[in-house]
Formats: sequence, C-alpha cells, structure tokens
Amino acid sequence: MLLNLHSHNLMKTLLATVICWTVALLIFFPIFWMVLTSFKTEIAAISMPPQFIFEPTLDNYRRIFERTNYTRYAWNSVVVSVGSSILGMIIAVPAAYAMAFYPSPRTKGTLLWMLSTKMLPPVGVLIPIYLLFRDLSLLDTRLGLTMIFMLMNLPIMVWMIYTYFREIPPEILEASRMDGANTREEILKVVVPMSKGGLAASFLLALILSWNEAFWSLNLTASRAATLTAFIASYSNPEGLFWARLSAASTLAVAPILIFGWLSMKQLVRGLTFGAVK
Amino acid sequence: MATHNYNRSMARWLLMPAVLLLIVWMAVPLSMTIYYSVLDFNLLMPGMRDFVGFENYVFFFTDPSFIAGLRNTLVLVGSVLIITIGLGTLIAVLIDQPFYGRNIVRILVIAPFFIMPTVNALVWKNLMFHPVNGFLSFVYRVFGATPVDWFSQYPMLAIIIIVSWQWLPFAILILMTALQSMDQQQVEAARLEGAGPVAVFRHIAIPHLQRPLVVVLMIQTIFLLTIFAEIYTTTGGGPGTQTTNLAYLIFHQALLQFDVGMASAGGIVAVILANIVAIFLIRVVGKTLAEH
Repeated sequence: MLLNLHSHNLMKTLLATVICWTVALLIFFPIFWMVLTSFKTEIAAISMPPQFIFEPTLDNYRRIFERTNYTRYAWNSVVVSVGSSILGMIIAVPAAYAMAFYPSPRTKGTLLWMLSTKMLPPVGVLIPIYLLFRDLSLLDTRLGLTMIFMLMNLPIMVWMIYTYFREIPPEILEASRMDGANTREEILKVVVPMSKGGLAASFLLALILSWNEAFWSLNLTASRAATLTAFIASYSNPEGLFWARLSAASTLAVAPILIFGWLSMKQLVRGLTFGAVK
Repeated sequence: MATHNYNRSMARWLLMPAVLLLIVWMAVPLSMTIYYSVLDFNLLMPGMRDFVGFENYVFFFTDPSFIAGLRNTLVLVGSVLIITIGLGTLIAVLIDQPFYGRNIVRILVIAPFFIMPTVNALVWKNLMFHPVNGFLSFVYRVFGATPVDWFSQYPMLAIIIIVSWQWLPFAILILMTALQSMDQQQVEAARLEGAGPVAVFRHIAIPHLQRPLVVVLMIQTIFLLTIFAEIYTTTGGGPGTQTTNLAYLIFHQALLQFDVGMASAGGIVAVILANIVAIFLIRVVGKTLAEH
C-alpha cells in the first residue's frame, strides 16, 4: 500500500509516523524507564540528571533471588492464577455450551444476571468474605485466593466463551449427533477443537486478570499465600526503598503478563466488553 | 423428540454449576453485609452484636470522611473518564491511519493496561513523581521550573494521572478494534465526495464508535468506583482524607478500625452506587444480545 503513494500522501504518512511514535513513546516511557532502572546500581538509579547511558548490572536481579522470597511469591501467583483459570474453564465451558446450543427463553436473562454479578463492588462483600475465610481457616491460603479469583472471572469467561461458541454453525453439531456422538464427545471432539483460539484467549484473559488482581490478594493474604502484587506492595515502605531493586522486582512481575497480553490483544476486547465489541 | 428432551435436561445440568456458584458468591456475602450493616459489631469487642437499625448508615452519612470519600470517588472517576475517553478516542483515530511501524506503536500504547496496579503505582510514585530524583522533576528543571512534590501538593491529581495511565490503553484498545470494523468503502465514498478528515470523523467514525464508547464508559466506571491498590500503595488515603475514596474508606473502617457495622453500611452504599451504573450497562449489552 505504501509503495504506490503520491508525494503528498507520503508527507502525510511521514507526519503521522512522527506523531504516532511520539505519543507511543510517551505512553510507554514509564515502563521503559522501569526496565532501564532495573539494570542500574542503586546510586545510578537515583542520580540527577537521570542516566540513559550507564554500565548495566544484573546485581538487582541476583539480590532479589538471593535475599527475598521472590520465587515463593512468583510461585503463589502462578499456582493461584493458573489454578483459578483452569477451574474457571472447567465450569465455564459447559455453561457456555448449554446456553449457546440449547438456548431457552431464560438464557438471555441468565447471561445478563451473570454480568450483573461482575458489577458487585468487591468492597461490598469484603467483610463477610474476610470473616468467612477467617472462620474456615482460608485466610492467607492459596486455595482461598484461587476460589475467589475463579468466581471473580467466571462471568467474563462464560460470556467470552459463549460468544465464540455462537459462531459455530449448529449444523455441524447436528451432523456429529447423527454420527452418534454423546454430549461429552460433542464438547470435547467438536466444539472445543473448533474454538481453540477463542478458548485460549478466554483462558489468557482470566490469567491476566488474576495475575494483576490486587484488592483480594492484598486483603486476604499476608505472607504464606501472598502473590506478586502483594510482594510489590511491600516496597511501598518509604524507609526501605531501593529503586533499582523495586524496578527489577517489578520487571520480573510484569514481563510474563505483558507478553501474554500482547499476544492476545485482539481477542481480549471481546471478553473485556462482554461481547459488545468484536 | 426423546433425545431432544434428554439434551435439554443435560444442558440444564451443564449450566447448573456456574449458576449455583455465582448465586452463592453473590447472595451469601451480600446478605451478610446487609445484616452486619444494622448491627453494632466491632471485632475489638467480641460478643457484642446489638441490633441498631439504621444507626450505622446515619453515622456513615454524617461522618465528614464519608463526604470526603464520596467526593473523592466522584472526582477520581469523573476525571479519569474524561481523560481516558477523550485522549483514547483521539489516539485510536490517530493510530488507525497508515504510518510506518503501526504494529509496534500499537503494542507500546496498549502495554500499561497489562501492568499490575501495585507496580504501576510504585513506579509512578518513585521513578516518575519523586520531587528530588524522579524523572518528572528532571523534566521540570530542564524547562527551568521548580519541581513539584506531587503527593503532598496535588495528591489527588497524582492518583488521577496514575489511574488514567493504566486505563487509557483500555479505551484505545476497545476503540481501535471498533474502528477496524468500520466500513472502509463508506469512508472512501465520503472522501471521493469531498469530505475532509474532520467530516469523516464526525459523520462516520463518531456514530460508529457510539456503542463502544458507551461500553468503555460504563465498564471503566464500574472498575474506577472501587480503585484500591493505587491508593493503598501510594498515599494510604492521605494526606488527611484527600485521596480517600469509598473503597479505601470501607477497607480502613473494616480492617484497620475493625468497625464491621459501619464498614458494612459503607459497603452497601458502594453497591448501590455501582448498581446505578450497572443497570445502564446491562441494558446496552442486552441490546447487543438481542441483535444476535
């Protein structure tokens, strides 16, 4: 498309290129700066004027692995977010299947009601959940947090998967039923393979939302089950603040999710808007 | 016909777990919150759970920190909405046109949305906003201005910037996707008729973006009403109550002052506020569903 442009259009494209790149670099700058700072010494990290060129060091990363329980927090994050996303898929796929292929007069109402549970502000149920967790000894456990995350993301997952299932032509299911497939085979051998991409995107969205979740992980965990969000929050103590170390810990904590997010950017829109934008 | 009925009841069984779990998740804690909100219930005084009617609500509404919390919530939500939707529309339209490196620019612009809130807050608080060593204080000096101590001089503005930075990509992402599904032939036809970029934007893009804009507005409102981690990790609601929003106020009353009754009353107020927005959002999404 760019090969065949008049010089007027070329100027326009060049101008757009300059403006768009400026905007993008401004927005991205804090992340760039965080990553850069993570490779500085503590002294270079707070130097004024800021240093763009310096001798990079891996000391901060080494120190995080040696002197903090980083691996434990990271493991908690992995267990809780992967666990809750898998559990969510197991519950959401059959529900979405039932509503997409066997719609009843109540289906629309059910879907909207599920959406409405997502609107409930977490502070509204913080106290009972906290007290229930205390009485059931679920406070500061990975199991408790996994359950909360699964429930928190369930409506979004059902919705997102539902919109993908709706795109499968019902005739294909008819055909597989003619061949004598039962419901379980139909889901696992026809529906799931046909919406692999959509299911992967739904799983990733749940994973991203759980990984970044901060309200419940700050309020329901202390040390044993604390996730990376809570670990990073412990750097808010003004006395013990080391910028280079904070940056290294932060870079490690956001890197995997940033990559997942970039990979599934387009498909996530559907889940984030409950199918209203595709 | 027999297999058809069999499949229907099967479908019901498949749907059941999700529905039951969500009922339990929503109904049980919410009714407990309502129940606690009419009790004189403090965790520091075990055994005392007297019924006090609406006293907690009266206390909550007459507490000056509630007024501050409500005001701060509205200021935060309103400002972030204006910033993210205004800039978001502009940037989405900007990066929708052809230019070099479009894919990389999109990736860079979306990135902040995937950063966890605590990282976001601490990176801004220290690396960017710090009055002595922060990057912005350097920018100020370059232009010959005096650096600003954001969190003591303009604490609320600082929070607004942090939260807007996180949510701007959300608006861009949704609007960008919506723009891609815009009818390009219609745009070409309008251009051939002599319509300038402003006319195309006003008469084709804006009507096309109407629904996505409404969706962005409402989903953001729901999330912004309960912003918590950004305040928890930066200002702790202070100085004074300058950055205390409803979510933080309720957290403070429940888990720091152990006043369950009062915090529950606040929780119910927050639920009602969110519901007002939710009703509209559900109506819009319901319309989408009907179009299927």
